[in-house]
Amino acid sequence: MSRARDFADLAGAADAGGITGKNVAINGAMQVNQRGDQSTSAGSNTYFVDRFNVYIQATAAANLTQSTDVPSGQGFAYSAKIDVTTADTSVGASDLGLFRQVFEGQNVQQLAYGTSSAKKLTLSFWVKSSKTGIHIIEFYNSASTARQQSQSYTISAADTWEYKTITIDGDTATAIDNTANAEFYVQWVLYAGSNYTSGTLNTSWNNVTDANRYVGQVNFFDSTSNNMFITGVQLEVGEQATPFDHSESYGETLAKCQRYYWQVAGSGLLVGQGFYFSSSEVDCIVNFPQTMRATPTFTSSNNSGDFGFMNNSDNFDTWTAQQFFDGSRVNVYTISGVSGTAGYSGYIRMLNSTSKIQFDAEL
Amino acid sequence: MNVMNITSAQYVAKDSDNICIKATIDGVEMSVPLAPGNRHYDEIQRQVAAGTLTIQDAD
Repeated sequence: MSRARDFADLAGAADAGGITGKNVAINGAMQVNQRGDQSTSAGSNTYFVDRFNVYIQATAAANLTQSTDVPSGQGFAYSAKIDVTTADTSVGASDLGLFRQVFEGQNVQQLAYGTSSAKKLTLSFWVKSSKTGIHIIEFYNSASTARQQSQSYTISAADTWEYKTITIDGDTATAIDNTANAEFYVQWVLYAGSNYTSGTLNTSWNNVTDANRYVGQVNFFDSTSNNMFITGVQLEVGEQATPFDHSESYGETLAKCQRYYWQVAGSGLLVGQGFYFSSSEVDCIVNFPQTMRATPTFTSSNNSGDFGFMNNSDNFDTWTAQQFFDGSRVNVYTISGVSGTAGYSGYIRMLNSTSKIQFDAEL
Repeated sequence: MNVMNITSAQYVAKDSDNICIKATIDGVEMSVPLAPGNRHYDEIQRQVAAGTLTIQDAD
């Protein structure tokens, strides 16, 4: 590409308000992977590389991993890999598989949806899959009367990295609710049953008609030999796909991800400053590295001696619950298997490789 | 859009006040805050409203 073309593209993107912090998607280079490898759970969302999840409504299943298979020379180190482990060759009417990122409404208000100034939006990404053919991407606004549109792209060659761009018009009819909740979805369809494919593909903003959502989508889950890699996901305001923004550091991306999820896992790590609330209850204030989006769900490992109150050699297996969340910290406590003197304090550590605490404020 | 497999749910109380819900979601026991906007809490409430889930009282 010529330098003149570069400047023309940049000017076009600037006119559309798409230069500064242009990537609305978080972790598009799939660098941050706090949870590690995952497997899908039927009927649920499974988060793996941060901010991305796979939803499967059926018996199909896949392993979800961070891969080092990337398009050559593009500056990426990782991709998200979906590797089919259970095929679904007899697709039920309601079967559905999606790979997606969900956005807080307050982070996409710049699209000005619901006004005559609604902005165009451009999605670009790299994809490599053993499954060629037509694939669908859906843009979904979960307003009280939900809106959506779908666009197709084609994977032309098996097991070959391909660059895709999709530009959609803004929705002048319906605003995106300005909240910290899940309001806007970008969804790569993996497969879908006839409930979603029996109509005509809806390629402009309209109220949701399920039959028109994923028409033409191939069945990525038709063989356990299938896999898909995606990286370089960039969602930018305007009608011009610009080169992926590599200027954001790993630390900046990690901080963005920790608004939605944070964990401490492994032996020897610190949980926080604790104290005996009573002779049979240990409390601990846990400080988050980022203010979380919402009060998080707390999950604790539960194995023999996963945690230890260090001034009293008082080891315990798990935490009972959480309370008093204030955005950037929370009190966790246990009333199981601890014994000490009320008021005594100490630090609390993770003692095993299995020790883990997780705070989940995902969308 | 946030369907989950919730197989049990029970309030956790401290000093007679419910402070969270101990729920088994997708096979994992979680401490779910009583906070709208939390996706697990919102889904518990959706399933309760649909009549497919009951939150047990605290012990």
